[in-house]
Amino acid sequence: MSTEPKTLFEKVWEQHVVVEPKGEPTLLYVDLQLVHEVTSPQAFEGLRLAGRKVRRPDRTIATVDHNVPTTIEGRLNIVDQISAKQISTLRKNCADFGVELYDVNSREQGIVHVIGPELGITKPGMTIVCGDSHTSTHGAFGALAFGIGTSEVEHVLATQTLPQSKPKTFRIAVEGELPNGVTAKDIILAIIGKIGTDGATGSVIEYAGSAIRALSMEGRMTVCNMSIEAGARAGMIAPDATTFAYLQGRRFSPKGADWDKAVAEWSKLPSDPGAKFDRELMIDAATLVPYVSWGTSPGMVAPVTARVPDPAAASNELDRKSFERALEYMDLKAGTPLDEIEVDRVFIGSCTNGRIEDLRAAARIAAGRKVSGHVSAMVVPGSQQVKAQAEKEGLDRIFREAGFDWREPGCSMCLGMNPDILSPGERCASTSNRNFEGRQGRGGRTHLVSPEMAAAAAIAGHFVDIRTWEVREEVTA
Amino acid sequence: MEPFRTLTSLAMPLDRTNIDTDQIIPKQFLKRIERTGYGDFLFFDWRQTPSGEPVADFVLNDPRYDGSRILIANKNFACGSSREHAAWALSDYGFRVVIAPTFADIFFSNAGKNGIVLARLTQDEVETLLQNAQQIPNYQLTVSLEAQTVTDGRGFTASFEIDPFRKFCLLEGLDDIGLTLRHAAALDTFEAAHDTATWLQAK
Repeated sequence: MSTEPKTLFEKVWEQHVVVEPKGEPTLLYVDLQLVHEVTSPQAFEGLRLAGRKVRRPDRTIATVDHNVPTTIEGRLNIVDQISAKQISTLRKNCADFGVELYDVNSREQGIVHVIGPELGITKPGMTIVCGDSHTSTHGAFGALAFGIGTSEVEHVLATQTLPQSKPKTFRIAVEGELPNGVTAKDIILAIIGKIGTDGATGSVIEYAGSAIRALSMEGRMTVCNMSIEAGARAGMIAPDATTFAYLQGRRFSPKGADWDKAVAEWSKLPSDPGAKFDRELMIDAATLVPYVSWGTSPGMVAPVTARVPDPAAASNELDRKSFERALEYMDLKAGTPLDEIEVDRVFIGSCTNGRIEDLRAAARIAAGRKVSGHVSAMVVPGSQQVKAQAEKEGLDRIFREAGFDWREPGCSMCLGMNPDILSPGERCASTSNRNFEGRQGRGGRTHLVSPEMAAAAAIAGHFVDIRTWEVREEVTA
Repeated sequence: MEPFRTLTSLAMPLDRTNIDTDQIIPKQFLKRIERTGYGDFLFFDWRQTPSGEPVADFVLNDPRYDGSRILIANKNFACGSSREHAAWALSDYGFRVVIAPTFADIFFSNAGKNGIVLARLTQDEVETLLQNAQQIPNYQLTVSLEAQTVTDGRGFTASFEIDPFRKFCLLEGLDDIGLTLRHAAALDTFEAAHDTATWLQAK
């Protein structure tokens, strides 16, 4: 064994190398594939046409999340026949190929990146893939997790492997203590704003530093989730006591002696002292603030206290053109203070910010207040388990009393594949991950923010600096 | 997958940065369970007004570029969602080559699986090509995968890097699963040993 110090990524990678054929990409073993209704039908069809089986149904799980309506009535009778067919196709595929499915009526249904961790299926040291770019979420556990296309979904179903070129490593250390009101979402928005949406292309990011260590698993998942928005192949965080405490006792976590063995193995994963990264970046947590995206790319973010930037001040011609285009689409004028921008809709949910801690944070802001008269706001829990837990804690009551819609779990208005969409021209404060043109509905305008900032925008009717917010009622679980 | 060697075609300029896959193929077309038939929906929201009228100044609607099979775009092409539908839509529309300064990682894989050649040129080279394709009528480019070059027959020559294995697969039109199954014995051996790692089991 080589004694050369290794990074977390290198350790996980090396444990999954099946073969390294000369002049070809490495064949990497995949421990877990997560499947959903949108990017899998053509993959299963490919297996059928070639007469192939799913090699490891025990390393494959499926759920429905992208398409499903978030109202009870909508789920009982899915009006969109094409969506209904995609869901019934997944049902048939899972039955035919022996894959476990957490279906619409399951008490464990939810967004694929929320249920993997909460069921204890996601584990440190694993390789995890899914036909969804936000698979990077699972990297919060010290797994190497990345999004793939449908041809690759088929490849993994058939072989439980993927040919992969080894990515570069990029360590981003966030050191110090986060100021009040500054969240995991703000950390990742700040990083994307700083390095750009292609800033980590071809790389796996390892998030490190005391501010990352201090985050809960929910916060770590929020950070890793948006790695793809910086162009990264994946994002990872070394497993530690916080990780193990989250996993212990979950349905598919190891038990008894297997648990002790697992913790011993997982504890070997963190990057060794002196391990070399291809690139490193240090961020001082104390300099971070609450952010709001103002444009049509997740790199277009600014502090909530700032103004909409002037394209004329862009550092280069390419940026100037894209800023101009973005402001036109967003119907914003350069120089407008961000906290004067009024919103029509608020969406709290998604694989970025749809977990219990996110809902607690938003509820704390909303407690004892009312959603502004001109705002329509909705909360979509990330999973049935998140929803049940929130209801147990009375968060649903807080949201409902404040005037938020309380919905059934799914991807919902993060990408608007189900009936939850913005109308043309509507402006939304959203806890999701992408502010692309039309992402939440054609002509819709998305501003990415933290759950706290979204809840405050719902109540004030415009963006507010959450650091100045007065909490009226403490919410206790 | 159709093998690719050399292609000469009209080049279409789409001078935008960070074109995301939501623009290449909007969400409403992701509900289909087929692998084909996405060409009409390529860049749908940029191509048509909400009432279904063609957007006159969008390059896909410009008759000067009808029949183009080479798309030129600016940096970070096809970022965002992993949807392979983006590659299917480009391919279905007729594009076999995209030229840009940089491409997003997941799309890079998806394009390869669908026989689309991604030619990564320098920012300056791409700017030149974008300008030429906008200004010179019937501007043709030749992309040779064997030689790894982009030329215009008027003096422009640029070369691009490509991983030798990816090049081989594109040249031969090879499908990955078959290639991986050459390693079936190694996979069986690896998997049997790997399965003993209880801490890496899904369930």
